[in-house]
Amino acid sequence: MSRLDINKTYKLYIGGKFPRTESGRYYTINNSSGNLIANMCLASRKDFRNAVVIARKAQNSWANATALNKGQILYRIAEILEGRKEQFILELIAQGEARKVAQKEVETAIDRLVYYAGWSDKYQQLFSAVNPVSSSHFNFSNLEPVGVVSIIAPEEQSLLGLVSVIAPAIVGGNTVVVLASESKPLTSISFAEVLNSSDVPGGVVNILTGNKTELISHMASHMDVNAIVYCGKDENTLKEISELASNNVKRTIFYKKSDWENELCESPYFIEKTQEVKTTWHPTEI
Amino acid sequence: MAKNNNNNIFKASWTYDEAPESTDHIQIKKQYELYIDGEFTKPVKNNYFDTINPSNGKKIATIAEASSEDVDKAVKAARKAFKGWAALTGKERGKYIFRIARLIQERAREFAVIESLDGGKPIRESRDIDIPLAANHFFYYAGWADKLEYAFPNRNPKPLGVVGQIIPWNFPLLMAAWKLAPALATGNTVVLKPAETTSLTALKLAEIIHESGIPKGVVNIVTGAGETGASIVNNPDVNKIAFTGSTGVGKYIQKATAGTNKKLTLELGGKGANIIFEDAAIDQAVEGIVNAIFFNQGHVCCAGSRLFVQESVADLVIEKLKRRMETLIVGDPLDKNTDIGAINSKKQLQTIENYIKIGINEGGEIYQPECKFPTQGNWCAPTLFLNVSQSHRIVQEEIFGPVLAVQTFRTIDEVIEKANNTPYGLSAGVWTEKGSKIFHLTQKLNAGVVWGNTFNKFDATSPFGGYKESGFGREGGLHGLKPYVKFE
Repeated sequence: MSRLDINKTYKLYIGGKFPRTESGRYYTINNSSGNLIANMCLASRKDFRNAVVIARKAQNSWANATALNKGQILYRIAEILEGRKEQFILELIAQGEARKVAQKEVETAIDRLVYYAGWSDKYQQLFSAVNPVSSSHFNFSNLEPVGVVSIIAPEEQSLLGLVSVIAPAIVGGNTVVVLASESKPLTSISFAEVLNSSDVPGGVVNILTGNKTELISHMASHMDVNAIVYCGKDENTLKEISELASNNVKRTIFYKKSDWENELCESPYFIEKTQEVKTTWHPTEI
Repeated sequence: MAKNNNNNIFKASWTYDEAPESTDHIQIKKQYELYIDGEFTKPVKNNYFDTINPSNGKKIATIAEASSEDVDKAVKAARKAFKGWAALTGKERGKYIFRIARLIQERAREFAVIESLDGGKPIRESRDIDIPLAANHFFYYAGWADKLEYAFPNRNPKPLGVVGQIIPWNFPLLMAAWKLAPALATGNTVVLKPAETTSLTALKLAEIIHESGIPKGVVNIVTGAGETGASIVNNPDVNKIAFTGSTGVGKYIQKATAGTNKKLTLELGGKGANIIFEDAAIDQAVEGIVNAIFFNQGHVCCAGSRLFVQESVADLVIEKLKRRMETLIVGDPLDKNTDIGAINSKKQLQTIENYIKIGINEGGEIYQPECKFPTQGNWCAPTLFLNVSQSHRIVQEEIFGPVLAVQTFRTIDEVIEKANNTPYGLSAGVWTEKGSKIFHLTQKLNAGVVWGNTFNKFDATSPFGGYKESGFGREGGLHGLKPYVKFE
């Protein structure tokens, strides 16, 4: 006797909740034989703006969580993802990957989360300095999160790419609004479910699905976003983002990588890219 | 009004004799050319402009104006020199930079006098801060030249190529040093443009650079105004732009370099919060307030131009501050007693005066001590505005002059919120005798440089730069190397 599958409704992930897009719009994801896999939310400019407001609200307390705590939360994401490995493999297969490739991608994504979990209470020590100034002052420089970051995730390797850009930003105390792979969005929303059950406070990671051409200009020009990460090689888009970023002197970070499995795609330098250097002076003379 | 009487007595019994620094020993030519490819070169279009002494309006010298053709020549010279300069061992590169540091030290007095003549800053500041710090920057980065692999372990740092550097008029030689020293140490070649009102010390530095024997074309100095700067920014063969100046121009440059592969660092405007708690050492804090806003006539991007005083001590602090302001001497930049020199240019004086009008029109309560200004030149009295709030333009916008906006606060959270409520994020200061409070505040303030119980301190080893619309990239210290290298 055959059983009818229960299909998942894919929605957005904003502020620890799964709302539909306020616009009521959708786009379809089909499998290779042209059958419908899912109707995805076609997020609007307003969805993005709402997400920024929420990310801003969440940023301070997330940045103030201890390094140990943030590391444990990232590790927790890896634990939950490990437990749901098969679900992600099947979704990647549905999006057109071979099983072997899909399995490798999910496993690398899990390992990458563990990798960044471990950096949480260490990167600060790599990039900080005590500066031997010529006056009677104790002077040191350390890193602080840049704030709220817009991320346009890689189009390919939709899970691994997504994890590879979110993890270094949030482990550094930033909150993020992410536009997922447009053509392969399924795993991004399932990953949001993982985040939602991993002690990640609502609003730290917000994930939208939708149209890049429509949303990128807003992600680059928003006045309350401090940095924008763009994964892709399109020269016109790179230029557009850089121009719009100048509205509020936004930091721009571009990744032109094509294979996120490469071990060069994980390093503390990815954390450093969404950090500011703060220098503190204090007298030592009584 | 016993206090006022006391103050008057104090003033009357403490007058200072004039103590001007002599200008006998300095050498200024009548006319300065561009420094391109190791030679002092006439500009292609043969245009020149005057550089004016802001304390008397008199012309000091004539300066060449670089057109885009001149900039192009300079970039070509820098490109030609790049290969050899980058291929030199770090040790040898460093030795040239050490030489430059030493040559500045040897001629420090001459540089200090010219800096004050041309820019209007008090000789005490150019002598004790600008010139020694400039030499220190070269000395510091010279030592990095052969140690870059320790700054970036396992990353194989490489120079970027030709770097275009555009600097402001508030710390002319010091900003040139901040820009040149790390760029040269990392193996880049440079085209540098000083600000049009303060070209002289950069051109004197060109002489020193020439004397150092550094290979020709490694450093090129082109003088001129905004158009010359735009020619550098838009030159297709420049690999990186480093700019210090206004946020408006910074945004323009960020936009202009979009899609070009040019690297960019920006050190832009600020509206620094200076926060005085009731448990601060009040007299020290008052000195700190004065130093934060009146240092260099307030022509300081990291000036503490927004004062926040805890309500319980506000009356006391403001009274002491007013009395201290009565004793500030505004006048001849070359006089060793001068606290506040000349405003750098007529244009800047108009900007400041306009903001003072805006402050009055928006209902701010102005306070200025009586000052006797010299008859010629650009002067502005140290100025306080009381009764202002976050929405006032003089609280929000960078004035770049000796104008302080004073607000009060009750709680720590309130003052953090107010201090951070600005698009800028360059500097902040906190005054309290309680250590934990200092570090609570310095952690929460969104600014690249935070001072606890001090203000406006700088050092070659100490990274400096902004958050938010105050720019990105750091200058000084280990972190100041990174904007000038790339990794394979």
